Parts: sequence; structure tokens; C-alpha cells
Amino acid sequence: MAYLTTHPDVVPVISSRFGKGATSIDRYIELDGYTAVRKAIEMGSDAIIAEMKASNLRGRGGAGFPTGMKWSFVPKQSEKPKYILVNGDESEPATCKDRLIFEHDPHSVIEGVIIAGLAVGAKMGFIYLRGEYRYLLKIMEKAIDEAYAKGFLGKNIFGSGIEFEAVSHTGAGAYEVGEESALMESLEGKRGIPRIRPPFPAVVGLYGGPTVINNAETLATVPFVIRMGGAEYAKLGTERNGGTRLFCLSGHLNKPGVYELPMGYNLKKMIYDVGGGIPGGRKLKAVVPGGSSTPVLLPEEIDIGMDFDQVGKAGSMLGSGGVVVLDETVCMVEFALRTMKFYQHESCGWCIPCREGTDWLKKSLTRLHAGGGVDKDIDNIRYLAENMLGRTFCPLGDAAAMPTIAFVKKFRKEFEDHLNGKGCPYHHSLEHEAVLA
Amino acid sequence: MATQTTIFSPELAARFDKLVTLYPLRRSALIPMLLYAQDEIGCISPAVISEVAQRVGVQESDVLSVLSYYSLLRTKPIGKFNVQVCTNICCMLRGGNELFEHCRKRLGIGHKGTTPDGVFSLEEVECIGACSWAPAVQINYDFHENLTPESMDKILNEYREKAGK
Repeated sequence: MAYLTTHPDVVPVISSRFGKGATSIDRYIELDGYTAVRKAIEMGSDAIIAEMKASNLRGRGGAGFPTGMKWSFVPKQSEKPKYILVNGDESEPATCKDRLIFEHDPHSVIEGVIIAGLAVGAKMGFIYLRGEYRYLLKIMEKAIDEAYAKGFLGKNIFGSGIEFEAVSHTGAGAYEVGEESALMESLEGKRGIPRIRPPFPAVVGLYGGPTVINNAETLATVPFVIRMGGAEYAKLGTERNGGTRLFCLSGHLNKPGVYELPMGYNLKKMIYDVGGGIPGGRKLKAVVPGGSSTPVLLPEEIDIGMDFDQVGKAGSMLGSGGVVVLDETVCMVEFALRTMKFYQHESCGWCIPCREGTDWLKKSLTRLHAGGGVDKDIDNIRYLAENMLGRTFCPLGDAAAMPTIAFVKKFRKEFEDHLNGKGCPYHHSLEHEAVLA
Repeated sequence: MATQTTIFSPELAARFDKLVTLYPLRRSALIPMLLYAQDEIGCISPAVISEVAQRVGVQESDVLSVLSYYSLLRTKPIGKFNVQVCTNICCMLRGGNELFEHCRKRLGIGHKGTTPDGVFSLEEVECIGACSWAPAVQINYDFHENLTPESMDKILNEYREKAGK
């Protein structure tokens, strides 16, 4: 099962209740649970949003949008009901953090959802979990039942006269549904196809009502922000990047795992110290810093702080916090191909540049990796990817294109080494290459 | 719905009766309902489609359209235990492809195949959210992580014993 890994540099905020039995509501209350929401009821909408803005908390799903600002976009008056939607469709390859929160501290998500509801005037929240996370749905359902039994959810929460309902919901397997507008479509019982924006969900969202959509980790963080105060929370991180986050370290590391570290933590240190370095004394070849959709970094580019701005400046993205470490034995063409197979498989087919682009890129990379490529294929791959950027309804097209462009740009020689019948210099050939075709 | 005949167990039918009341629109219950129905019946059969369509108040063609989108939903039955091997990037780096090959040889079936005794199905799947504990496999809804071919064999044996075959 999912667990947190320790290290002296870990700063336990979101993870402070992990492994302490907090799935039970009584234990959660013992561990200061549901104190933040009581405080938030006293504070009222404007003060909650001000505190969230002061915290510099930015969306943990990947885009890094300031949470307080997102909440402030919801109109005060609305004819249609407003909703809170928790994005727990965690599906970005390299990301396995929301799983820990749901498994160890489900009430923190519920508490965060209620606080978000108080902030924007919503009376209902949905907690959407990916279909593969069935064991977590059971934990979440039990937690919600317990909260209703205590009067923390329902017509009169905490005796305040305020109403708030929460429902947990399961998906059934689709990466695309992690995109906010496709998530709403899916919750409405449809295919997960993105909506055109504007209007943004804050104005016209779920069932046509104003909707706040936040990642599960973001909402689980909210009670901590309210309890310690926005300014205190902000201090844990760097400028404009408040607090801590769960970093998922994976790939060629001695100690892969999920670690809660301050925003801005040095990436090199994260790999060599926290993650225990690379097995067998092998050399580092590349790092994917924030989930499979983020552009790859070279070993000389990793002496940076892991916050949204610093990773952005280095030409990549902090994304979902999934750090993938690749050692010198990795064939980058194979890695690019496996990444593209995923996006081709998950493209919903709604926008042509993404549907056709991912398919052609997969075909080109497959042929190139097998040795059937010719010189101009390399430029064609880059050209195709560059022409997908910004031309789709949702960011899946970009998510497929961005890493591809970086692979070609930074590892061109490796692509060239595969050309004209030479095939993979690493002798990696997948017997089952055709399986996901 | 209460008076109507149902193809589901009384427990599941009761659960569905409640499920449609949880949302502002009944249709929101569609995807969870299909998944829970599949868990009980084994797949989304024409009878499931028909009853679910009635329960949420949509056309059968709407149900077909939706179910064809989601990778966990299937219209044909599979083995008792579905061995889903992740070969996405993090698992690939730590032996996911080799693990898939091992399962393939061990079970004697390929991607989306089912053993003749109906105990196992095999599937190569995309990221299941176990990246820091790779390589990982999901058997039905259960996660198995930090696997090697040897530990995989042990797990497969345990499931085979569970099936009594």
C-alpha cells in the first residue's frame, strides 16, 4: 500500500497525520482535525480567501495556479447552485501522491472541501477518484458517512445553520478526465471530452453552475493553511510558492518514494540525498521533473529549486511533483516512444491536432526506435509536435508535444544513432511493442 | 424502480436506487453504476446497458457511447483475476516490460487474453499510480508493488489457490 518515506529534510504538514490512524474520524479530531473548518465558519468568505491568497498556495495538480485567486473568481451572486469539485483522478505518469492522502488522511480532503464551500458559497462538493483507486473510494465513503453522523456535513454543519453536502464519486479509467473540463463532463455522466473556455468553470461549470475545481492535495492543504495562517504557511516555501508539497521520486533511485518537502527544495539534493542517488554508481542521464508531460532536464540543469517559477525558468515545469530519474542505461528514444504511446492511448480524439498528432508521433517514434527511420524523421517529429502546441481545447495536446520537443532538442544525437537501419544502440527491443498499438 | 424487475442483486439494486438521488442530475450516476454493475455481473452485458439506461434516464446508445470511452469498462467477460501490468515510464525503468513478458510466458496468454480455465486475464495498462513503488501490478482492484518476477510468481500462485484450481 502507499506510504510516505522519511528523510531528515521532510517537513510534515500534509503528511503529518499519515500512519496515525486518521482515517477514523475520532482519531482525526484528536489530531486537531475539523478545527480549521470551525475557524473558517467564524472567519467568513472574504477572510478565508484573503488567508488563502496570503498562503501563496498554488495548485498541486500541475498548473500551479494560485488557489486563493481561483476561489476569488467565483461570483458572489449566482442563480445556479455553486459546486466544489475535488480532482482525485490522479493519472499523470510519475504521480502517486493523492493516493497517500486519501489512504491516510481522507478527512483532511473533506475538511478542505467544506472550507472551499464556505469561501465561495457552495453547498455541495464532489470528490472524484479515478476508477483504479477502488480501495480509496471505500475509505472516502466511510469518512463521509462518519462526517455526516457527527453533523459535520448535512443541513446544519457544526450547528452553524450552514448546509454542505459531500459525495464521493468514481471514474472508470481515463487520463483525460483529470483535465478540469473533461472532469466535469465525466461527473455529469458523459464521455470525458473537454469544454471550450471561456466561460471558465468558476463562472459556468458543473451543471452550469459556478464551480471550483482543485486537486486533492491542494484541498487537503487548505485546513493546514487556515489553522496556521496564510503567512506562516507561505514561509515554509519560497517567494510566490508557499508551503510544502508531496514529491513523488521514481525511476533509477536507491530510495524512490513520496516525500513531503518544502517548495523550492533543490532538485539535485532531492535526487542524490533524499532519493539516495542512483543505483550501482551509474551516471545520471536525465530528469523528468514534474510528471510525464514536463520537458526533460539534463544533469547540468538540475541545480535548481523545485518551485513553479524556478523550474519554469529552467525551461520545464514543476507539474504534479513526479520526479523521474533516468540513468545512463536508458534509451531516450524508447523513453520518448513510451511517453507518446501513453498520450496516443489517452487522447480523447476530440481535437484533430492531438488525435492525429499523437498517433503520427507514436508511429514515427516506433519506426525510428526500430531502426527504420531516415534523417528527416527527426525534424518531422519536432515539427509535428511544435504544431500541436496551443492548438487543442485542453492541455493534453501540449502534454504530449512538450516532452517530445525537449527529447529531440536535448538528445538529438541519440535519435540520429538509431537511423538508417542501425536500430537501438542500447539493444532494447520490446517483444510486445505492438501490444498497445 | 422498486417495483420493476432487476438483473442485479437486491443489495446492488438498493445501492443504485440511492446512487441516482445523490446528484443534481440522475445521469451523474451513470459511470459509477456501470463500474459497480460490471463488478457484479462480470461485464457490461446488453441487459446491464438496458437496465442502467432506464435507471439514469438516458438512451441505450448514450450508455454505449460512454462505456466505450472508459478503459476499465468492458462488454465481454474476462477471467476471475485480471492481471494488469503497468509498463508506463516509471514501471518501465524498473522492469515493467520484463514483468509483463514474464506474466505472458507464465500464464501463456497475451495482452487482453484469458487462460482456458478462466482464472486469469492479462492486460498491459497505463499508469496506475504506483510510480514510487515500481514496477507495479493491479489484480482486479488490488495493488502489488516493488515486484520482481519471483515475487510475481508467488502472487500468481496465491491467486490460483484462491480460485481453487
